[in-house]
Amino acid sequence: MRSFWSITLATLTKDIRLEWRSKDALNAMLFFSLLVVVIFVFSFDPLAEESRHIVGGLVWVAFLFAAVVALNQTWARELRNQVLDAYRVSPAPANALFLAKALGNFVLVSLLEALMAPLFVIFYNLRVLGPAWQLIPVALLGTWALVVNGTFFAAMSLRTRSRELMLPLLLFPVSIPAVLGMVAGTTNILTGESPAHFYIVLLLTYDVVFTTACLALFETVLQAE
Amino acid sequence: MKRAFPILAVLTAFFLVYAFYQALWVAPTDALQGDVYRIIYYHVPSAWTAFLLFFINFIASVQYLANARPSTARAAKWIVIAIGIIGFVAPFIPQVKQQLPIGMYPSSVATMFLIITGLYFVIGKYFVDQNLDVLAVTTAEVGVVFCSIVLVTGPIWARPVWGIWWAPGDIRLTSTLVLWLIYVSYLVLRRFSDSAQTQKLAAVLAVFGALDVPLVYFSIWFFRTQHPQPVIGGGGSMDPRMLHVLLISWMAFLCFAFLVCWSRYRLEKLRREVEEAEALESLLEPAGLAGPSSVVKTPLSRGSK
Repeated sequence: MRSFWSITLATLTKDIRLEWRSKDALNAMLFFSLLVVVIFVFSFDPLAEESRHIVGGLVWVAFLFAAVVALNQTWARELRNQVLDAYRVSPAPANALFLAKALGNFVLVSLLEALMAPLFVIFYNLRVLGPAWQLIPVALLGTWALVVNGTFFAAMSLRTRSRELMLPLLLFPVSIPAVLGMVAGTTNILTGESPAHFYIVLLLTYDVVFTTACLALFETVLQAE
Repeated sequence: MKRAFPILAVLTAFFLVYAFYQALWVAPTDALQGDVYRIIYYHVPSAWTAFLLFFINFIASVQYLANARPSTARAAKWIVIAIGIIGFVAPFIPQVKQQLPIGMYPSSVATMFLIITGLYFVIGKYFVDQNLDVLAVTTAEVGVVFCSIVLVTGPIWARPVWGIWWAPGDIRLTSTLVLWLIYVSYLVLRRFSDSAQTQKLAAVLAVFGALDVPLVYFSIWFFRTQHPQPVIGGGGSMDPRMLHVLLISWMAFLCFAFLVCWSRYRLEKLRREVEEAEALESLLEPAGLAGPSSVVKTPLSRGSK
């Protein structure tokens, strides 16, 4: 039997290769978040000073919605041809599959953020007043917080009617502290009024708690049929 | 057991009327807020009851997940015992004692941990397997109702006293709202799930929700200390007569919640029995086992329990 990490890596590379060849989820996400950004630009026309206070919220709302588009696709591919059933009967550890899926989504959503963030800077004439490098840990930890729970709840909503609708209904309430951490952290960095350290610690705690919970309970969810 | 139900119902009705009388006529009027404060006798008991019910839901869900395998059941048992011992001893250690908020005694914290541990074992003793899940769905539904009462009476009280309907940065308001949202999503999951393993998925979601609540509390706590909100009352000491009425009111609400939970529990048990009986009938009929002469005894046809 192959080791845990080689199975994770194999699943991850398979997913990324498939995504790279089809670009289904990525294109849908990019266009979706572009639309959200444009609608926000029409809805709010703030001054530079005001925009620093609200952009943190706008950015993360756009990414949250776009991430849901990607997360809904996570397991859809495995449902065709009963691939998920094959996973269930295989001796491969369930958590290897989960980690691979979560990491795949993480790569996808991070790529989206890297492409979309410059648009916000252009549309809202942003200039960061605080320590800009702290945006990187906030973005990475925040993305992981969304993606790890999103992958888990996407697996859970596989067994429900109107699956695509269920994911945000399950994901958003649990994500509230993470969203608060991301938004408040980003706003603090943009305005430079107060330090964002607490929010980085909060996001880190959230990530550790929920990654552990997901890994502990994923097998139960995968086997539930 | 069944005969106790109407007796308890009548007692609860009397108790609720008595609490209502105490709240409106016996309790003294608040010096600052006037009569409007009397909504506290409905707001606070509902909140305590809702939190208690959600906590029972969490314990039932953990038990349900842990009982899937004997090894995890044993591990969970020892973890709970360890939490109980640490929680009982820790408040008396001087370093920890200083960290406790003002007005909270170490002995009360220790008692709370003892009750939590006890509750885990009591529920584990009297509810097994599917009954744990029935208990979980019952407490979640009734808890959402009580939590809704809290969220409706809160703004009604806040408007005349604080001048605003809702304080977005307040710790208790926000965590109650998030708790309500989590449990509504829990009920939605139960309703929409197709799988025969809905119970397991729901139990997993309940555990996630319980993990979420301390994080919400923690995040808002910092958020608020950064942006102080002077409108939020709280703290201070309460007139003992008011506290007395508040506790009477809470007892009445607990009785009411118990009554509703009991009836919902029985309903859910019956619903499952009917489902099982229907499944059994549809299995037996095509095979020709249920001929006209041999009437299948389904659980439905049994006498009153």
